[in-house]
Amino acid sequence: MPRRTMIEAIRDAMDVSMGRDSQVIVYGEDVGFFGGVFRATQGLQAKYGKSRCFDAPISESGIVGSAIGMAAYGLKPCVEVQFADYVYPAYDQIVSEAARLRYRSNGDFTCPIVVRMPTGGGIFGGQTHSQSPEALFTHVSGLKVIVPSNPHDAKGLLIAAIEDPDPVIFLEPKRLYNGPFDGHHDKPVTPWSKHELGEVADGHYTIPLGKAAIRRPGSAVTVLAYGTMVYVAQAAAEETGIDAEVIDLRTLLPLDLEAIVASVKKTGRCVVVHEATLTSGFGAELAALVQENCFYHLEAPVARVAGWDTPYPHAQEWDYFPGPARVGRALVETLEA
Amino acid sequence: MADAGLLRFHVPEPEVRPGGTPDFSNVTIPKAGSVPRPEIEVDPRSIRDMAFSIIRVLNRAGEAVGPWTGLLSDEELLEGLRHMMTLRTFDARMQMAQRQGKTSFYMQHLGEEAVSCAFRKALAPGDMNFPTYRQAGLLIADGYPMVTMMNQIYSNEADPLKGRQLPIMYSSKEHGFFSISGNLATQYIQAVGWAMASAISNDSKIAAAWIGDGSTAESDFHSALVFASTYKAPVILNVVNNQWAISTFQGIARGGSGTFAARGLGFGIPSLRVDGNDYLAVHAVAKWAAERARKNLGPTLVEYVTYRAGAHSSSDDPSAYRPKAESDAWPLGDPVIRLKNHLIHKQVWSEERHTQAEAEILETVIAAQKEAESHGTLHAGGKPSTRDMFEGVYAEMPPHLRRQRQQAGV
Repeated sequence: MPRRTMIEAIRDAMDVSMGRDSQVIVYGEDVGFFGGVFRATQGLQAKYGKSRCFDAPISESGIVGSAIGMAAYGLKPCVEVQFADYVYPAYDQIVSEAARLRYRSNGDFTCPIVVRMPTGGGIFGGQTHSQSPEALFTHVSGLKVIVPSNPHDAKGLLIAAIEDPDPVIFLEPKRLYNGPFDGHHDKPVTPWSKHELGEVADGHYTIPLGKAAIRRPGSAVTVLAYGTMVYVAQAAAEETGIDAEVIDLRTLLPLDLEAIVASVKKTGRCVVVHEATLTSGFGAELAALVQENCFYHLEAPVARVAGWDTPYPHAQEWDYFPGPARVGRALVETLEA
Repeated sequence: MADAGLLRFHVPEPEVRPGGTPDFSNVTIPKAGSVPRPEIEVDPRSIRDMAFSIIRVLNRAGEAVGPWTGLLSDEELLEGLRHMMTLRTFDARMQMAQRQGKTSFYMQHLGEEAVSCAFRKALAPGDMNFPTYRQAGLLIADGYPMVTMMNQIYSNEADPLKGRQLPIMYSSKEHGFFSISGNLATQYIQAVGWAMASAISNDSKIAAAWIGDGSTAESDFHSALVFASTYKAPVILNVVNNQWAISTFQGIARGGSGTFAARGLGFGIPSLRVDGNDYLAVHAVAKWAAERARKNLGPTLVEYVTYRAGAHSSSDDPSAYRPKAESDAWPLGDPVIRLKNHLIHKQVWSEERHTQAEAEILETVIAAQKEAESHGTLHAGGKPSTRDMFEGVYAEMPPHLRRQRQQAGV
């Protein structure tokens, strides 16, 4: 099976979708001729023409707003917001419009759009190229929110997102574009070509939304993670020698509650990990769900490891990033509790 | 250096406030028929002055004059009059129903009926409007059933939107009427996107974007103009300047640009101003813009100069911020009376027939209202189910909503 980087897998997903369905349109800033700043759309304009892959003005509300109109017409736009940090001008369009169109029109108009955006830190991007705004979207009724952690999933989930009849926020952990980053920033990254989840089948396949995957089976504690933190959590388990079960949520909304509950009932302990800031982060929702559904199985408080409640810093990136040492400490404390 | 002293902060004010004498002497009204009608292939740069004038067809004597005339037959004009009268009567009844507690909220069109009623007649089947809350004439003039509109206003058991939307936030794909959002200006760029999609699909349909003077200040208005200009989208960019954004006079959004139509000039978009209380002028200009769009000549921006004679909504009291008699002083008159006078002048209408038509229309509206009320009103009779509240968030209900629906006991 061919191995691909995450960028190649994402590009392949759009390529396959555009090849199968002429309604699929791809655009965004620098997306057309150049192929995007991360090259996710490289070659798509040459292959499918300027009507189906083109550059957009620097206007996120314009990009998403026009995509909503296109979807109302009957197209399936898959648009790129260059960094998740730039999505806020489009927030009104996403929250008040895309998410509610089906509901408010009772299905008269629908909004099958995908908004792709690179998320998370670890690239010395400072506060405007490092944020993880997933909780701003999981709080919104009518959206679906995906955070893939590897090339295989990224392709299958993106094709599923494009084929989904409702608006999907597709957050791509940019630190994973080239390899599974486990938080050890001082060590070389294993490229996807050397990782089994870098295996990406040719052609069409989908991964259903709302299904988590167990990345590391274990019996001592459940770690709920997504995106980059999936690898940080696995590293923490290896380095502490704790038999943690690492669950990659893959889709945050809708959430695979069944998989979470089954694992926590088995282990009796739970650590929630994300890169986004702690307060009102998605981890709060996960912790609440775990205590609601697994309270009598819990042998320790649910722990959260997250980014500190500060803006994402530049020089202090590795003090901010919840790396394997912090996650490892939480594992130890949870087991000792 | 005229003034090197301390900086002064500037906040524009309307000419007159409550208690003052209405004064529109600052509004320059060109003579009807005086603004030329360019070919649709015109170079936008050569008609920049049209963004500062007002295209008018009906003169004070009720005659249709000048180069923008001759598009509508007597029958079509009579139908247009009937649409405007129907909308006005519909508004009066629904405003009253709101006061009687039959619904929570209402927004009327008083004084602005010509804009949406005449515009609708310039479009073709399949074209799509992205309206604001004050274009129900698009539905009335397209034959959308009044009973259905009322069912939506009452949020009753027959409400096509299942009680999920604020009254008057209609949606009808079939009638080219995009679901209304209470958020302002969001629909403007969506209309451009819809038009882009039509062009991408090599279709022949066009879109119409709608916005009020106040919300042209929103960034979505500007992104819409950028996208429309860049991709030459087949869209008509309508700005309804009714002088008032709730209590805020139009100068607050307009700033120093002179007119709202002038906003289009920087984008190279042909930008026209039209007398919004002149049914014939609105229709003729809309037709011109629609033809441009359909011939791949791109977007046109149209500013409709009109006046919001009623309150902003059922929750608003205009006497707190503008003189009571201001609407009477509005120099462009009343759209219903002007078209009526024109048809009387043409000897195809009379005061008697007008009075008779008013009575007939009232009867039709009351009959529709009775039928709608038989399906319930907001607080009485049939209403959408609690189950309906949980449906339709997604195409397929996800597990967490199923659980919540169970918790709600439905």
